[in-house]
Amino acid sequence: MTQHKDTPMSPPAVQLTSITKTFGAVIANDAVDLTIPAGTIHGIIGENGAGKSTVVSILYGFYTADSGSIEINGQPATITTSADAIDRGIGMVHQHFMLVPNFTVLENVMLGSEDGFLLRKGKAATRKELQRLSDEYGLNVDPDAIVETLPVGLQQRVEILKALRRGARILILDEPTGVLTPDETDRFFDILRGLRAQGVTVLLITHKLREIMEVTDGVSVMRRGRMVAHKQTAETTREELAELMVGRRVELTTPRIAVTPGPVAMEARNLTWRGTRGVARLKNVSLQLRAGEILGLAGVSGNGQPELLDVLAGIAPVQEGEIIVGDRTINSGSPTDPAELRALGIAHVPEDRHRRGLVLPFEARENAVLGYHNGPKTGLGRLLSPRALHTHCAELMERFDVRPPNPKLPAIGFSGGNQQKLVMAREIEPEPAIMLVGQPTRGVDIGGISFIHAEIMARKAAGCAILLVSVELDEIMALSDRIAVMNAGEIVGETARDDADYRRIGLMMAGVSAEGDAA
Amino acid sequence: MTRLPAWVEYLLIPLMNLTMAFAVTAIVVVLVGESPVEALSVLIKGAFVYEGSLGYTLYYTTSLIFTGLAVAVAFHARLFNIGGEGQAYLGGLGALLIALALQDWLPGILMIPLCILGAAAFGALWALIPGWLQAYRGSHIVITTIMFNFIGAGIMVGLLSGSLMRPGQSNPESFLFADSARMPQLHTLLGEYGIEIGRSPLNLSIFVAILACFGVWLLIWRTRWGYALRAMGESEPAAQYAGVPVPRMIVTAMCISGALAGLMAINTVMGDQGKVTLQFPAGFGFTGIAVALMGRSHPFGIVLAALLFGALFQGGTELDFEFQTITREMVLLIQGLIILFSGALSLMFVPWMERRFARKVSA
Repeated sequence: MTQHKDTPMSPPAVQLTSITKTFGAVIANDAVDLTIPAGTIHGIIGENGAGKSTVVSILYGFYTADSGSIEINGQPATITTSADAIDRGIGMVHQHFMLVPNFTVLENVMLGSEDGFLLRKGKAATRKELQRLSDEYGLNVDPDAIVETLPVGLQQRVEILKALRRGARILILDEPTGVLTPDETDRFFDILRGLRAQGVTVLLITHKLREIMEVTDGVSVMRRGRMVAHKQTAETTREELAELMVGRRVELTTPRIAVTPGPVAMEARNLTWRGTRGVARLKNVSLQLRAGEILGLAGVSGNGQPELLDVLAGIAPVQEGEIIVGDRTINSGSPTDPAELRALGIAHVPEDRHRRGLVLPFEARENAVLGYHNGPKTGLGRLLSPRALHTHCAELMERFDVRPPNPKLPAIGFSGGNQQKLVMAREIEPEPAIMLVGQPTRGVDIGGISFIHAEIMARKAAGCAILLVSVELDEIMALSDRIAVMNAGEIVGETARDDADYRRIGLMMAGVSAEGDAA
Repeated sequence: MTRLPAWVEYLLIPLMNLTMAFAVTAIVVVLVGESPVEALSVLIKGAFVYEGSLGYTLYYTTSLIFTGLAVAVAFHARLFNIGGEGQAYLGGLGALLIALALQDWLPGILMIPLCILGAAAFGALWALIPGWLQAYRGSHIVITTIMFNFIGAGIMVGLLSGSLMRPGQSNPESFLFADSARMPQLHTLLGEYGIEIGRSPLNLSIFVAILACFGVWLLIWRTRWGYALRAMGESEPAAQYAGVPVPRMIVTAMCISGALAGLMAINTVMGDQGKVTLQFPAGFGFTGIAVALMGRSHPFGIVLAALLFGALFQGGTELDFEFQTITREMVLLIQGLIILFSGALSLMFVPWMERRFARKVSA
């Protein structure tokens, strides 16, 4: 391998000219141009459905463009399969890792380049290659560790090693920080800078403005299938990028409303919950929700938050510990179900709106009563009235600005932000006393985020007790009055919003308990 | 996201799939040395034109509506009820037991509804056990319903050659239904008013079938229960979130499905044979799967699909009769091809259609 020397005169690593791609009647990419100078970190930012994924899918050979041309390092390139892309030195790390969990790091990296019938030779070569990569880029991973035993940050490193092993000089990263703690994100950015120093070109797809500002050299903004701007990161601001993404001015911060917290509305005491294999997913979790207060639950995804929400919402049974709502005590001897909790005034915006929050093939008007389908507003007796559903849904759509305002459109036909508005509308409309809110803005565009944040804040002002579970620390910091941090199924710390800072919460999220914590 | 216009999705595509099935059949007919045009003409005449043939076609259609609805109701909960055959078989037993128990006391006006209930109840019972096993024990419904077809068949052979066997018979078949427990046939009923139609086993069950279609439509699309059922079928996590008691729904859905399959017996046993014979469901329980599949699990579609399969069954008998080289198996071939093209290959024309008719529906 020769060391790359990139002079300022070298051709751009990637040049896309006038790429157009349609799916049926939908134009995913409309004459997209993109130039990425070699040896830089370049960001592509845009809302969901803006066409970011389509662009990189075309570059990586998952899709073929209808028209337009691709040049890699100044050479025209025809890329119709991933193999073509790999041949051209393009590597991709997917948002969801493509690793075999019970293989070792070495075996995962070797996969696809075993080199012959017996593994011996391939293994030796891969081990040598891993050592070289580790020396060259500072990507240290134990080659014999089983992948599923590694923390997520290291698993991601394995993905990058896989790409580099195949000779990638252009690395595409699709939403790479979604599963990382703030601390892991910082280290991850250091790796990217190290790669850049070695002449690797990095293409970073993200929806987080903060990351773009922190790590990229240049940024391209997409909106509705078009490239709307190319900027040098140093010469732009978060506000300008947000405006370019959405096409109008947006407020990035939600004004906080000061409310004096009322009495405890819901309390969880020492909840312990085991999954199907007896693994404890929740350990001794206790928390209190007060009227007129937002309790933010921070934590990296997969640390017990979905299980906690399921138990609190009555979907999963209480095994140990108890939940107290008003004068009702719920424990293993006196179980509950979601219908009863709804009747007790608890609304639940689930983390996963595609799986839980909505029945995707159902029309919007049917989804608008999910969980409330036995209520008096939806029909008479045992019958459900389509007309009542329609009117009810149309009202919600108007009040919450769901677009398109078509109650007959199946839920799957709405954008992520509008799906979430529909779920929020359904849960807020009965004016619940308690709200359990999971990842309210996951996959929601910037315009939608401020709307949803404002709605949550308005509920708080109206005296609702709110539990806000989010992996976005920014969101927790923006909305909460108190912040609890969850790690490995435990609440590792709790603090008032005003005493919280990113660093301390970040450390707690990583499992380092904050010493000297008054909570 | 794109969506096809309704007439393309529900009319044009099924018609094209059907045409493909008949086109392939035509090739086979040519290969055995007959004219496909002539064969088709015999098939159509045999199903609709010859005297009494329409009655036979509708008689078979009635059976298929029941078994098709049975599969459809379960399918809305994403349960594959393969046990329609056994449930129909046991349904016959239910009707028979009621008829035998009450034949000395009750007039037809009370007897027939009770026998119908008996058939439904026994069909439901035969689906309840697999449903319960799926809901609370995790046994797969496909496996258990298939097994229950065999268990049901075993029980029926035992009874029909044992305690329920009519004396003086060489074949295993049951005691006869009293006249008060027989479903009146249409040609006799209409004959009393001076209207002559060809003799056929077509009986009042067809009206029960049409009522059942309306009932299923109402249940699935207009009740809170049907809403919960569909939600569970489309997404079990979402149904749990909504507070739907999933295991209980599974059991109830299977019972309704089994009851509908059991009703098939009233058409055959009470409407035609007047006794329970060995293997009387004759595969109609299984054909119900194809009917539901082709009818997109919607009662209206099921009526059309049942009519198609009923016509094939009746017309096929005529084919067998008219041609030396074409046998009844040809009908099985057509049925197989229809299932292949409208089931396994049902999406074959969709990409092509989307290019022509797709409309953008997203925001």
